[in-house]
Amino acid sequence: MLVNHDVTNMMENIPDEKFKIIGIDKDAEAPSRPRIGYWRDAWRRLRENKVAFVALIILLILIFFIIFGPAISGYEFEQIDSDAINQGPSAEHWFGTDDLGRDLFARVWQAGRVSIIIGILGAVIASVVGSIYGGIAAYFGGAVDDIMMRIVEVLLSIPYLIIVILISVVTDSKSLGTMLVALTLTGWCGIARLVRGQMLQLKSQEYVLAANALGVAPIKIILKHMIPNTIGMIIVAITFDIPGYIFSEAFLSYVGLGIQPPSTSWGALASAAQQNFMFYPYQLLFPALMIALTMLSFTLLGDGLRDALDPKLRK
Amino acid sequence: MAKFIIKRIGYMLITLFIVITATFFLMHSIPGDPLAHMARNLPEQTRENYYEKYGLDKSTPEQYVIFMKNLLTKGEMGESLRYPGREVTDTLMTNSAVSAKPGGMALVVGLIIGILLGIVAALNKNKWPDYIVMFIAILGITVPVFVLASVLQYIFSVKLMVLPTTGWGSWKNIVLPIIVLSFGTIATYARYVKSNMLDVMGQDYILTAEAKGVSRFNVVKKHVLKNAFLPCMTLLVGQVSGIFTGSFVVEKIFGIPGLGFYYINSINDRDYTMIIGTTIFAAALFVFVQLIVDIAYSLMDPRIRVK
Repeated sequence: MLVNHDVTNMMENIPDEKFKIIGIDKDAEAPSRPRIGYWRDAWRRLRENKVAFVALIILLILIFFIIFGPAISGYEFEQIDSDAINQGPSAEHWFGTDDLGRDLFARVWQAGRVSIIIGILGAVIASVVGSIYGGIAAYFGGAVDDIMMRIVEVLLSIPYLIIVILISVVTDSKSLGTMLVALTLTGWCGIARLVRGQMLQLKSQEYVLAANALGVAPIKIILKHMIPNTIGMIIVAITFDIPGYIFSEAFLSYVGLGIQPPSTSWGALASAAQQNFMFYPYQLLFPALMIALTMLSFTLLGDGLRDALDPKLRK
Repeated sequence: MAKFIIKRIGYMLITLFIVITATFFLMHSIPGDPLAHMARNLPEQTRENYYEKYGLDKSTPEQYVIFMKNLLTKGEMGESLRYPGREVTDTLMTNSAVSAKPGGMALVVGLIIGILLGIVAALNKNKWPDYIVMFIAILGITVPVFVLASVLQYIFSVKLMVLPTTGWGSWKNIVLPIIVLSFGTIATYARYVKSNMLDVMGQDYILTAEAKGVSRFNVVKKHVLKNAFLPCMTLLVGQVSGIFTGSFVVEKIFGIPGLGFYYINSINDRDYTMIIGTTIFAAALFVFVQLIVDIAYSLMDPRIRVK
């Protein structure tokens, strides 16, 4: 005790100038490049991926036209013109007109609004619900997890389109809201499974164990480790799901259970055009092209995002 | 194994029960009753007779008990509301047999071509055969069926005039639906088989086999294909049950009097008993095929059983 005290005293009495650094380079530990965060890194990788980047640009162009297209066309999408029925594409009507003389350029972009909104909202709602559900199941584990996953299993074993059709018939309202409910009613199950699997895997990782051992609060582990490591996967899942919802909506509208006139969607446009296809093929061409382009772009972008956001998949 | 199968069958029954119950009560929760639109102009007595005939004069839970009893003891699901005298189960059987013809052939064609294309693409990764296959796969995933169907009708029926647009009966009617229906299967399987094969080809046991000097043909045949095909089986569930329910859109476009066609019709007709019947049938089929695939999968892949 006494010796220790003496030593401390002695140390305190030595002036600072007596100490000097010998042979250690202060800059040795300094990073030579600025640190790149997760998102900046992902963005850099996405930009390097030409296919995904082109897909992103196509999507941005589509979204630009969906927002401004109806205004650019100079026509109202529901404006009927009996003098210009079933006209082919021309300088006046860029995409031609339909059987009521409505300008298809305006209609295609107006329809795109509904289709894209359903695609994005549907995927986002399903992902949020699924993530929360899967997260809860993985967090509690045990019996809770068992029961929750059984429910998902039962829901997943009901054919998707049948549920969607049934809900549309039962509610008998063809508004955007009900369609979203019908489409997302079981749509979240896939993501719930995905998130639960990922969370369970993360839970058994060494760094989570280390954090636990160090006494980090559970909420901090969730915020710092679980969510950041899952969010990339969720974003990718959303991107892949969007075309699915657009497709389902197109199918529903095609069957007559979707969006009703005067409002319209790509599926509804294609459905109307399909009946005239033998005589006016261009009427189907444009909505079908937009559906295909959107689906393709989202799929390719999803591929790129997966590579960019998931460090484990990188080679 | 027996325990696994019993457990699976148990889940199947629970799922079926939930689906049947949910469908029944959902359909009966629709405001107004199923006969409202046609019974409006009928005399009082006739209308009551109708309601009695279909058991609509009873409360919903009572109807449910009767429905379940008929379904379980006699396998009956009542009569069509739109076409009196037509038994729902009879209609389901006849129509699903019609749907199964193009559907089954399309599945076989799609599986063969899809798997072959997938193998070719995987073995020629990043060469032109791979690009062609992936192009086809992307087309199959991005082009909606109704567009493909219309384009094919336009080419083969209107321009070339070799095949009829719609109808049912001759072999010519079945060609276009098979092409359209199999296209999705081809695209799905080509992509899935390819990515599974690439996954397997990156495994250590393939490296071991190659290091031992096993010929490339044998590596692919004995190790890669066997392991790559297993996960593809899960995809079969949707495809096989899709055969019978038929692709709604394809049957509608080509005028095939199958299950999908009548399902859409019964929806437009608000033919409640038919809707309930078809929904239950489709779900039951889906769940049943899932059971078969699950069992087959665990028989073939011991790793599943251990879990």
